[in-house]
Amino acid sequence: MDFVTLLQILDSTLRLATPLLLACLAGLFSERAGIFDIGLEGKMLAAAFLSAAVAAVSGNVWVGLLAGIAASMALSIIHGLASITFRGNQLISGVAINFLAAGITVLVSQSWFKQGGRTPSLEGPARFESWTLPLANTLEPIPILGPIYKELISGHTPLVYVALLAVPFTWYVLFRTRFGLRLRAVGENPAAVDTAGVSVVGLRYAAVAICGVLCGIAGAYLATGLQAGFVKDMSAGRGFIALAALIFAKWRPWYALWACLLFGLFSAIETRPDVIEALIGVKVQVQLLGALPYIMTVVILAGFVGKAIPPRAGGEPYVKER
Amino acid sequence: MTAPAIELKGISKAFGPVQANKDISIRVMPGTIHGIIGENGAGKSTLMSILYGFYKADRGEIFINGNKTEIPDSQAAIAAGIGMVFQHFKLVENFTVLENVVLGAEDGARLGPSLAKAREQLVHLAKEYELNVDPDALIEEIGVGMQQRVEILKALYREAEILILDEPTGVLTPAEADHLFRILEGLKEQGKTIILITHKLREIMDVTDSVSVMRRGEMTDTVKTSETSPEELAELMVGRKVLLRVDKKPAEPGAPVLEVNNLQVVDEKGVQRLKGVSLNVRAGEILGIAGVAGNGQSELLEVLGGIRTATGSIKINGQEIDLSGKYSDGRSRRERGIAHVPEDRQREGLIMDFRAWENSAFGYHHDPAYQSGLLMNNAAIRADTEGKIERFDVRPANPLLEAKSFSGGNQQKIVLAREIERNPDLLLVGQPTRGVDIGAIEFIHQRIVELRDAGKAILLVSVELDEILSLSDRIAVIFDGHIMGERLPAETDEKELGLLMAGITDTEHEHSIEEIEANLAEAAGEVH
Amino acid sequence: MDKMPKWADLFLIPIINLILAFIISGLVILAIGEDPIAALKLMVEGSVMSTYGWGFTLYYATNFIFTGLAVAVAFHAAMFNIGGEGQAMLGGLGVALVCLFVPWPHWSLAIIGAMFSAAMFGALWAAVPAYLQAKRGSHIVITTIMFNFIAASLLNYVLVNNLRPKGAMDPATAKFPEPTHLPSLSDILNGIGIPFAERTPANVTLFIALAACVLVYLLIWRTRLGYQIRAFGKSEPAAIYAGISPTRIIMISMMISGALAGMMAINNVMGEAERLVLNSTEGAGFIGIAVALMGRSHPFGVLLAALLFGFLYQGGAELALWTTIPRELIVVIQALVILFTGALDGMVRAPVERMFLAMRRKEG
Repeated sequence: MDFVTLLQILDSTLRLATPLLLACLAGLFSERAGIFDIGLEGKMLAAAFLSAAVAAVSGNVWVGLLAGIAASMALSIIHGLASITFRGNQLISGVAINFLAAGITVLVSQSWFKQGGRTPSLEGPARFESWTLPLANTLEPIPILGPIYKELISGHTPLVYVALLAVPFTWYVLFRTRFGLRLRAVGENPAAVDTAGVSVVGLRYAAVAICGVLCGIAGAYLATGLQAGFVKDMSAGRGFIALAALIFAKWRPWYALWACLLFGLFSAIETRPDVIEALIGVKVQVQLLGALPYIMTVVILAGFVGKAIPPRAGGEPYVKER
Repeated sequence: MTAPAIELKGISKAFGPVQANKDISIRVMPGTIHGIIGENGAGKSTLMSILYGFYKADRGEIFINGNKTEIPDSQAAIAAGIGMVFQHFKLVENFTVLENVVLGAEDGARLGPSLAKAREQLVHLAKEYELNVDPDALIEEIGVGMQQRVEILKALYREAEILILDEPTGVLTPAEADHLFRILEGLKEQGKTIILITHKLREIMDVTDSVSVMRRGEMTDTVKTSETSPEELAELMVGRKVLLRVDKKPAEPGAPVLEVNNLQVVDEKGVQRLKGVSLNVRAGEILGIAGVAGNGQSELLEVLGGIRTATGSIKINGQEIDLSGKYSDGRSRRERGIAHVPEDRQREGLIMDFRAWENSAFGYHHDPAYQSGLLMNNAAIRADTEGKIERFDVRPANPLLEAKSFSGGNQQKIVLAREIERNPDLLLVGQPTRGVDIGAIEFIHQRIVELRDAGKAILLVSVELDEILSLSDRIAVIFDGHIMGERLPAETDEKELGLLMAGITDTEHEHSIEEIEANLAEAAGEVH
Repeated sequence: MDKMPKWADLFLIPIINLILAFIISGLVILAIGEDPIAALKLMVEGSVMSTYGWGFTLYYATNFIFTGLAVAVAFHAAMFNIGGEGQAMLGGLGVALVCLFVPWPHWSLAIIGAMFSAAMFGALWAAVPAYLQAKRGSHIVITTIMFNFIAASLLNYVLVNNLRPKGAMDPATAKFPEPTHLPSLSDILNGIGIPFAERTPANVTLFIALAACVLVYLLIWRTRLGYQIRAFGKSEPAAIYAGISPTRIIMISMMISGALAGMMAINNVMGEAERLVLNSTEGAGFIGIAVALMGRSHPFGVLLAALLFGFLYQGGAELALWTTIPRELIVVIQALVILFTGALDGMVRAPVERMFLAMRRKEG
């Protein structure tokens, strides 16, 4: 495999890891606060649809992004109501949200655009453009580092950088602020937070809301950055892979980055059967490659995270007890 | 005349159809230690939870220092200068002591400055009240004694003037409990007001200035401690005269039923919980295992009950049993004549959502008497249960009710009936009277003694030293996975057992609380 | 003390939940510019007002009985099996293999073979996540979801590379041979003199589904295995105390669950399509979740809920045919039913409990 191919693969790794990373960090906030969220998938899908729809109509991708966040947030509120206010089963709520998004995106896009459940293709300012970082072209002639800077680091849509910056941001919020301390505490022992005079409900809603924002960005990136428009079921299990990455990362932000890059890499080589063939010397069927990220998820969950301890109060609605 | 630090007037609280507090009034004067005593379910904890803003009273008023105060949530309670140390600590296990103290009382959005300030404050408070803690230790790595001090520090850090402690000594050795009481005396001298909730008469007599007695949600009386006696308090608590000691004949031990040799247990986390335990129990005797919770007694019961695997040797009636193979499960144990009343009946002994009759077959569901062809013979199980309910005086006597609808004492009777009526050679009993009212305690003790008198072997595990002392024919003390020694109840006392429970075999001399705590913390630290 | 009478718990609450789900679905229909009342009328007419409609409604209901029972059995062991879809796909593969490669003399033998094969394939597909849950602690929810995706890829692979007849373009098997064709419900009913519309997909499998309801009832509430499954589902520590092996219960209950999901294939693959196509399950595995929740994991409840969803599915197809409302409306309704009966149950329950409590106070 030559250097250019490697750069191409790493470049698409980064692009494909971006939605995973955003969703993974979204899940991290939620689960660190004790709210399991298997509805990441649905929130991404809803955000992907609404961002693409609004971007298509308004011609402004930033407005589309906001709409995507709003869509994801609406589902977050439902999840919050079910799992915080009414103390329902968080897994079931997540499943419902996934189906709700899967159904309603098609219903509404059909009603609005009449294109068989897709939005019109996005062009120009209705789509996120790549940013060329300063000096990318100037530095290109430098061997190795030049192309790495130009191809791999520069030339992505803004949301890729947002995702990358979200990692240190998440780390800082979680481990260096009052809010982070309380958030982690509420996921470990909500009774400790409650008796310390802090609202468990308020904290958990805040976490679920942050989760909504990040999922919204992830979904918007899918439809307006990675691709040019919404198509039915376009999240294609990414929300679940993000969830697997979260478990693999043991609910830590920096580990989440590496986990998502790893899963991004699986997706990147999935589209390059030639590379795989060159690497392992056997021709691999395209259907099996399609299943690769899912198989790897299962393998990783089965093999390496036996000792991952989720937040102790995760999945349990908080009921006051003496 | 100074206003009472706390005055409650006519507090009532119902949970659904259950009236937990009925028209309760109480006055606590500042700078005193006031005890509240009552049986399980008497409503003590509910009352204090109302005072701490955990529940909202249906009726009634709260006055703090003479001012009428609304306490809708914990925040309001903290603002009113109330601090609470719950029976089950409200600490975040994987946070440090410092983080736990700061949580909810931070100073600004950034954590760094808050922690720095709290650290300073903590050192100061620790010195002032002799509450030594290590600010950087993780909660899960320190002993319960220190965890409790963290809870007290949390309250003091929030400038609490009134401190409520709910059953604070349940997890402590006698020496640690004495140490806690000295801390409370110190706090009182500094002018703090302390409310001590307990069901232990001795503690009330030892440290309180005045005491209120609760029974079935009502306040029966408030008296000066110096003017009452344990007998009087007990009668006020239960509403009738009670026997404070178990009435039993001397044991007539026969051949050994259980022989445990060099038993070793390593748990899921790779920590060694039993480090070579050897003991035996003979027919017709009760062996009590005394020890602070977490020193291996639970694991011992679990191995014997087939819940956990181990190495070493266990013989029942001279025959080796399987400790780690195919036959090391609960079913095989039952077939070998071992019955097991587990420590936590709600988590293990019963399925709370199952009806009483379904629970009364639990663990014995392979019994051919309960089958008819391919199906279970539900009618037979039900009939069987009706008999048990009658013989063990379970109330309400309805086999169709779900386990969760019975009181703690009646739940325990359902478990006990199921296990005892199998007529086992060996009965394992863990915390037989935890969360059980006094009436049921007498009944349960009596049944255990009856089984002993029928020539069966009984292994009793309890964290209540009183219970161990009054029920056992022989006492083995466990500490850090070792048996520290065996004593006869008539030839020992709480003090000696307490030292053994802290790993100190030299029981002749005085030992400092620091030494005791260091020992316990070391054992606890190893656990994590 | 029960907070409310049993009937309220079993019927009133689910019905209120259902009504809420329907009201919101109506609002959705309104929002996309259609008339919900007219839509409902169309749905009722198309699904239950003619034997033709019933022929489809019962066909779909048969699918949902199997997948609903599958989810319900797993629920009793506290396992949330979201993998019914994948297990049903694999069941389809099992059916296709025995129908294509075994020379069956008569359908009555073929259906037994197909049932066995479908159940085996479904059970084995569920066994892997079950094993990983029991032995490795991998969360069953995530692994079963992953196994749905993997099943789809696998089926695609097998259809494209192995089972597709030479020269055929679409990824599907050849038509199954004549002796494996199952008698349709109309054949049976017309045979005993009850007129029933022909060319409808409901078939003899319906009776197998009904029998499965009875068997699952007996299994869960009357056998020792069911007792152990329920005990484990309520409390794992208690189960271990009683000598019930968690690994054994997880494996057995998930395999029964997978087998039931797999058996759906004798209805859709063998009974209706008579060949295996891609996406033959059409989301029925997921509907099983809504059906099990709505039916409170009780076989009788599952039967009723499956009929309801059969009606919705057939009605939804009619809507898609005659209006601009896409079939995805069903997915929305399904989501709302899951949401209200599964996750927002407390929203309805608390006020109803208070109401009964107040009524009791007044009486007593």
